[in-house]
Amino acid sequence: MLPDGGADDEERWLAEGIAGVQQNAFYMHRALDSNNLKDALKYSAQMLSELRTSRLSPHKYYDLYMRAFDEMRKLEMFFREETRRGSCSVVDLYELVQHAGNVLPRLYLLCTVGSVYIKSKEAPAKDVLKDLVEMCRGIQHPLRGLFLRSYLSQISRDKLPDIGSEYEGDADSINDAVEFVLQNFIEMNKLWVRMQHQGPVREKEKRGKERNELRDLVGKNLHVLSQIEGVDLDMYKETVLPRILEQVVNCKDELAQFYLMDCIIQVFPDEYHLQTLETLLSAFPQLQPNVDIKTVLSQLMDRLSSYAAASPEVLPEFLQVEAFAKFSNAIGKVIEAQVDMPVVGAVTLYVSLLTFTLRVHPDRLDYVDQVLGACVKKLSGNAKLEDSRATKQIVALLSAPLEKYSNIVTALELSNYPRVMDYLDNSTTKVMALVIIQSIMKNTTCISTSDKIEALFDLIKGLIKDMDGAQNDELDDEDFKEEQNSVARLIHMLHNDDHEEMLKILCTVQKHILQGGPKRLPFTVPSLVFSALKLVRRLQGQDGDVIGEEVPATPKKIFQILHQTIEALSCVPSPELALRLYLQCAEAANDCDLEPVAYEFFTQAFILYEEEIADSKAQITAIHLIIGTLQRMNIFGVENRDTLTHKTTGYSAKLLKKPDQCRAVYACSHLFWTDDQDGIMDGERVLLCLKRALRIANAAQQMANVTRGSSGSVALFIEILNKYLYFFEKGIPEITNTVIQDLIELIRTEKQSENTVADPSTEAFFASTLRYIEFQKQKGGSIGEKYEQIKTT
Amino acid sequence: MVLVLALGDLHVPHRAADLPAKFKSMLVPGKIQHIICTGNLCIKEVHDYLKSLCPDLHITRGEYDEDARYPETKTLTIGQFKLGLCHGHQVVPWGDLDSLAMLQRQLDVDILVTGHTHQFKAYKHEGGVVINPGSATGAYSSITYDVNPSFVLMDIDGLRVVVYVYELIDGEVKVDKIDFKKTATMHA
Repeated sequence: MLPDGGADDEERWLAEGIAGVQQNAFYMHRALDSNNLKDALKYSAQMLSELRTSRLSPHKYYDLYMRAFDEMRKLEMFFREETRRGSCSVVDLYELVQHAGNVLPRLYLLCTVGSVYIKSKEAPAKDVLKDLVEMCRGIQHPLRGLFLRSYLSQISRDKLPDIGSEYEGDADSINDAVEFVLQNFIEMNKLWVRMQHQGPVREKEKRGKERNELRDLVGKNLHVLSQIEGVDLDMYKETVLPRILEQVVNCKDELAQFYLMDCIIQVFPDEYHLQTLETLLSAFPQLQPNVDIKTVLSQLMDRLSSYAAASPEVLPEFLQVEAFAKFSNAIGKVIEAQVDMPVVGAVTLYVSLLTFTLRVHPDRLDYVDQVLGACVKKLSGNAKLEDSRATKQIVALLSAPLEKYSNIVTALELSNYPRVMDYLDNSTTKVMALVIIQSIMKNTTCISTSDKIEALFDLIKGLIKDMDGAQNDELDDEDFKEEQNSVARLIHMLHNDDHEEMLKILCTVQKHILQGGPKRLPFTVPSLVFSALKLVRRLQGQDGDVIGEEVPATPKKIFQILHQTIEALSCVPSPELALRLYLQCAEAANDCDLEPVAYEFFTQAFILYEEEIADSKAQITAIHLIIGTLQRMNIFGVENRDTLTHKTTGYSAKLLKKPDQCRAVYACSHLFWTDDQDGIMDGERVLLCLKRALRIANAAQQMANVTRGSSGSVALFIEILNKYLYFFEKGIPEITNTVIQDLIELIRTEKQSENTVADPSTEAFFASTLRYIEFQKQKGGSIGEKYEQIKTT
Repeated sequence: MVLVLALGDLHVPHRAADLPAKFKSMLVPGKIQHIICTGNLCIKEVHDYLKSLCPDLHITRGEYDEDARYPETKTLTIGQFKLGLCHGHQVVPWGDLDSLAMLQRQLDVDILVTGHTHQFKAYKHEGGVVINPGSATGAYSSITYDVNPSFVLMDIDGLRVVVYVYELIDGEVKVDKIDFKKTATMHA
């Protein structure tokens, strides 16, 4: 027992001890030099007596021990010389040292002579060792006993009657060697464990720490065992492992169990572990409830999976011993036995098992699913996880198959995958969903069947709709955008070349994303719309009308889906985006020769324009998109076309600012003149638009004069002049060179009447327009002829 | 010698998941001095990506761009050339060369870069150049069928500009080269 005393006292006791050792060693050396055996024994015994102290902590005791140890090597050498010279027989020596008064010095001396005895081969090694290991029982003080036995272990290491060793005796001697080490190990472990139970309770923790410093003394024995040649697989399986495990389990000491299990795994070869898996694993559930089994078991699985990875030729053995089933079983039992194991511990075990099976049996998807299933079973009954460490492990568990297979389609086959996800809290579910999407993107995985997509949407539902019980978690706006954009990207990865299956895919996607609510639709709907339009484009090339046969995938059908989807978006409301998408659909319907459908889409776009788009800037863009789209439509009959063009010019003339009105109106002129075959060529109405634009430009000019006393609108006249030139070249009979000449003069007048300095950009525009006229003149031919009459100066 | 990357109509994430990997591996930071982008990126992530390739980034607004601050048109001068940039949905009829030429006169530029049709085009026109870099992601277009992803690199050197067009056809990048010289008769 360590008496109370500070570190200073301990230092002093150590110094005294060292002084005692040194002094006696000095006399011992003198005796050795003068061949005085009697004195040598006397002083060595006195030196060793210093090790009888109970006042030192293990750390300090070790210091003292090492000093004595060095001296004992010299004594051993002396003994060897003595016996070789024949001045004293080793047997006599063995007797002689037993006269030492105190038991501890006596046993150290006996071990030292024993070593010489074995070397002399005058008696079989096994007998001497057996004698020594038995006699060491004489010391039951844990610390002293441990060091004594450590000494025994040290001096006997190279003298075991191992196979092939010079000390090998009869056929059976290997058993004696093993027996000797095992026995020493068992006794040392007992002493080590007993240390924990001595002394006051309040120093329990300190003792634990001190014991931990001594653990390698005990573990060394296992190392020795692993080095013995004669310990082959059979011997290990039949004797060594069962005996060690028996001691480990029976000692019922947490520290010892954790350390020794780990030690077993570290020192013996992987091949042995694989072949004794059942025995080894059976020990785990019997360990104390607080032993950190997950670390040790994980270590074992890691080692074995590295082993399999490094030497693929052993893989059949893994199958033969059913390594996976055994681990799976053992983990189940451990979790059952350790009732108090936190969820994180259990999940960590499953992560290790999953890593193991992914590395060792990459082809066994069913194993992966089993692991996930077992995890679900463990989690069942729990609500969603709140422990952040456990959550992290679950994420690791779910990420591992994605990394391994780098193909989400594989994960979609795992029935337990979504069930594990159910235990994640809402924000982690989203994180996991993003991991899944990123994996798809990184590997550009195409998901090509609607049932797989159904499964996928189940996994990422956290991103698709508001989750139950999610009290509008204050999600950062940026993060939300990023999430939804990744869903939008994902939609492009859902694809099948088969039209029928693609239609099914679109329906599935539509069903899910329409649940997204007003916040999500503006992000996700466009992707769906364009994905559907791509299918329309593919179908367009085919003759869809197979009479008497049900063809589900027709453009008409897809336009219905599109209509519904965009309508949902327009209700969000997101009128500007919806308007653009309607126009896209109208154009696609045009290409499919579906006039009523195209007309309907235009109608919807117009309704949105009239009722929802109020911002004047948004109106300008919208009207240009309407004009641009309508200009490209060629399926409308006269009546429909008139309605739509009439509306469009009407909207154009009603924009807020005069210049915007003017630009929209002259753009409308293109609605009445298209170049393509049997295109519209209504020169009269083109001219009407241009004249109207001129009137608006005039009005704008006057307004500017009145309000600001300046003109800003000469540019508008130049723009209109350019439009006149455009249609002049197209050959509209109403637009003659005189009309253009008048316009040029008008612009000149307007410019001169400007009160302020001419705007350089307007000047440049006018100059480049005039230069263009000159350029066209020089071209010669019919164009040159046309321009001939126009004067630019 | 100045390298200018011109691209547009990526339509991420509406119409495409991302730029083609082959393009991404070609476009590395530090090689390009200016980027001109006709618009329809459509999101910030793409903007940030372009910015990472080259900080001198000029963008005009496409009708699907979430960032409303991009201007409708933009002009800039690089070396001896004046460049004009516009998405092009404002110019009716869409993609019509004569109408684009009017815009070129209006902006008074040597090189006009527009998009919207998703079809690569480069013309000499009245001594100037009109370029459409196509869609960098090969995005769906109601105007152009079978869009191949494409972008344009302009090598501007004195009075000469070499336009390289990179097009991804069946997984292979095809490069074409078109040479333009600014003539002395052109205004400066």
